[in-house]
Amino acid sequence: MQQRSSTVQEPPGAARDYRLTPPPAWQPRTDPAPLLPDAEPVRVLGTDAVADADPALLRRLYAELIRGRRYNAQATALTKQGRLAVYPSTTGQEACEVAAALALEERDWLFPSYRDTLAAVARGLDPVEALTLLRGDWHTGYDPHEHRIAPLSTPLATQLPHAVGLAHAARLKGDDVVALAMVGDGGTSEGDFHKALNFAAVWQAPVVFLVQNNGFAISVPLAKQTAAPSLAHKAVGYGMPGRLVDGNDAVAVHQVLTEAVTRARRGGGPTLVEAVTYRIDAHTNADDATRYRGDAEVETWRAHDPIVILERELTERGILDEDGRRAAAEDAEEMAARLRERMNADPVLDPMDLFAHVYAEKTAQLREQAAQLRAELDAESEA
Amino acid sequence: MTTHTTARPAAKAAAKPATMAQALQRAMRDAMAEDPTVHVMGEDVGTLGGVFRVTDGLAKEFGEDRCTDTPLAEAGILGAAVGMAMYGLRPVVEMQFDAFAYPAFEQLVSHVSRMRNRTRGTMPMPLVVRIPYGGGIGGVEHHSDSSEIYYMATPGLHVVTPATVEDAYGLLRAAIASDDPVVFLEPKRLYWSKSDWSPEAPAAVEPIGKAVVRRPGTSATLVTYGPSLPVCLEAAEAAAAEGWDLEVVDLRSLVPFDEETVCASVRRTGRAVVVHESTGFAGPGAEIAARITERCFHHLEAPVLRVAGFDIPYPPPMLERHHLPGVDRILDAVARLQWEAQS
Ligand SMILES: Cc1ncc(C[n+]2csc(CCOP(=O)(O)OP(=O)(O)O)c2C)c(N)n1
Repeated sequence: MQQRSSTVQEPPGAARDYRLTPPPAWQPRTDPAPLLPDAEPVRVLGTDAVADADPALLRRLYAELIRGRRYNAQATALTKQGRLAVYPSTTGQEACEVAAALALEERDWLFPSYRDTLAAVARGLDPVEALTLLRGDWHTGYDPHEHRIAPLSTPLATQLPHAVGLAHAARLKGDDVVALAMVGDGGTSEGDFHKALNFAAVWQAPVVFLVQNNGFAISVPLAKQTAAPSLAHKAVGYGMPGRLVDGNDAVAVHQVLTEAVTRARRGGGPTLVEAVTYRIDAHTNADDATRYRGDAEVETWRAHDPIVILERELTERGILDEDGRRAAAEDAEEMAARLRERMNADPVLDPMDLFAHVYAEKTAQLREQAAQLRAELDAESEA
Repeated sequence: MTTHTTARPAAKAAAKPATMAQALQRAMRDAMAEDPTVHVMGEDVGTLGGVFRVTDGLAKEFGEDRCTDTPLAEAGILGAAVGMAMYGLRPVVEMQFDAFAYPAFEQLVSHVSRMRNRTRGTMPMPLVVRIPYGGGIGGVEHHSDSSEIYYMATPGLHVVTPATVEDAYGLLRAAIASDDPVVFLEPKRLYWSKSDWSPEAPAAVEPIGKAVVRRPGTSATLVTYGPSLPVCLEAAEAAAAEGWDLEVVDLRSLVPFDEETVCASVRRTGRAVVVHESTGFAGPGAEIAARITERCFHHLEAPVLRVAGFDIPYPPPMLERHHLPGVDRILDAVARLQWEAQS
C-alpha cells in the first residue's frame, strides 16, 4: 500500500522503469473470496447496528429523504404544467440519491447519470440549475467545478470512464479526492461500464461505482439484462470488491458507500456497490409502466419505502418525534414552494448563445451564422 | 377493409389514416410473416413495442425469439446482429435514438459496412439498422442529432430516409429485402404524421436509390429529404405567392444518390437549394451541391445554395427553433437565387 501510493504520487511524466517496479496494482489477485459480495444485501435498519449510528446523521438522512421525495413530486408536477420537458423521477430511490451525496466530502466529485438530479441537489446544487437540462434551456445548467458535479450524463454509462480518469488524475496530483460514479442496472450492460471498471481496478483508482438496481431499464427487467447472481458480482472479474446493499435502507447505503469512499481515499482502490431498490414511478413522465409491470409488484415495494422504514425505526428508537417530522416536512414544503415559484418564471434566453460556446474562439463560419441569426432576430423584433 | 367485424384492433386502425410509425410497424410485420429469417432486436422493442411504439405487437405475434428485448448495449446489439447475419438471418436492429447509436459505430464502420468487401463478396451483411433521428420534438440533449453524414461517409452502407407514410412502408420493405446493410433513418418528428395510406391495401415496395419529384415546378429546385420535406413543401407554397414556382425533390435515399432525378430537375429549373437540418459544414448538402455543380454547371443560373442547421452541437429544446431550417430561411435562399440581379 505504502509503496504504491508513493509511486503514483510522483508527478506525471517522471522517469520510472515500470519493468523494475511494477505498481502492486498490476499484480493479479489470487483469492477472489474477499472481493465477493455477501449473498444478502447489507441492512442496518431493523438490526442492532442502528444503535451505533450517529443520531445526528440519522436525522439528517431522514430530512434529506423527505426533501428528496418532495422534490420528486414537485418536479413531476412541473412536467404536467409544461415547465419541464421531461422528468425521470427517483421516487422510491431517494435513499440511494441522498446517501450518494452525503457519503462524499466537499473536495470529492460526483458523476451522475441523467436520473440523478436529486443526488446533485442533495450535494448542494441549486435545484433550478439542476433542472436546466430537463427544462431545456441549456444542456448543463451549472458549472461542474463549483460543486464538483460532472454534467448529468444522458448516454448511459459514458460518464463512468470519466470518473475513473478524474480520480486517477487527482491521485497523480497527490490530492486525496474520490470520484463517485452512478449508473442504473441497464447501464451495466454497456461497454463503457466494463471498460471503466477494468481501468479503475488496473489503476487502483480512487473511484466508487454505485449501481442503482431499480429493477428496470425502461421496460426491460433485470432478468433480461444480466444472468449474473448480482450486479455486485461483476466486480470480482475485474479485481475489485463488490458490495450488495439494500438500496431503500438509507443508513445501510450511507454506511457501505462511506466505507468504499474511505477505502478509495486511503489508496485501497475502487469498489462496485449495487444498491437494490425499486423505481416506483414510470421511467419518465412520458412512459406507460402498465405495459410491462403489474401493480402488485409496485405495492410490495411501497411497503419497503425508504422513508417509511427509516421513519418507523427512528420513531421507535426515540430519535425522531412529532416535532422532528413536522420540521422536516415544513422544510421540504418550503423548498418545493421556492422551486415552483422560480420554475414558473420563464427563463430568459439569448438565442445568440447558440454560437457562444462551440469553440473557445468562433470560426469564421460561425461568425457568419451568428450574424445571420442576429439579423433574423432583429427583423423578428421589428415585425 | 372490413369495418363490420367485431372489435379487431387492426381492422379498426385501418379505417383511420395511418401514421408513419404504423406503416413502419406494418413493414416489419409483413417482412417477418413472409420470411422467417427476419429478426427484430433492440432495447425495449418487445413488451413495450419500442419507445415510439414502432415494433408494437411484433413480440406478441412472432414470439420473443423473433422480436427480442436485448441487454442495453448498442455495440453488443449490432455486433450480435453481424454474427446472426453471418449465419443466415436478416436482423432488423432498432437503435433507440440517434445519439445512442454511437456506441455501435465501431461495429458499423469496422464490420457491417465492409464485410462484403473484405470477404470478396462471400459474406454479405443483409441487416437493417433503424435509427430515429433529427430534432423538432423538444427532446433533451442527445435526442435530436442528425447523424446521416457519418453513415453517408462510410462506403458499404445504404442510407435511406422516408418522408411520407407510404415511403416508410415501401422503403423499409426494400431495406429488409436488401442484401446489403441499410442504415434506415426515421425522421422522428414525422412518426405521427398521417396519410390515407391503408395498411390493409397492397403497398408499393420502393427500390432503394430513387428520388422522387414531390412538387413539380419551373423556377428552382429544392433538394431535400426526411424531416425537411414538409418544410420545403410549405416553403414552395409560400414562394408561389411571390411568383416562384418551386420544384421539390425528395431524395429518399442518400446512398445511393439518385443523380439522374436531381440533375434532370436542376437542368429544367436552372437553380437549386439543398435543404436539411443536419449541419452545413461538411454536411450532406456539401456533397449534393458539389455534385450538381459538376453535372449541371452549364445549366445553372446561380450557385447551388444550402440551407442547413447551424454548425453547432444540437441545441437545447428551447432554442431549437432558431437552429432548424424553416420556411423563412428557405425563402431567403430562394430570393438569393436571383444571381444575375446581384452580380
Ligand atoms: C447509450 C444509451 N442507450 C440508450 C439510451 C436510452 N435510454 C435512456 S434511459 C434507458 C434505460 C436506463 O435504464 P437503467 O440503466 O436501468 O437506469 P434507470 O433509468 O432505471 O435509472 C435507456 C435505454 C441512452 N440514454 N443511452
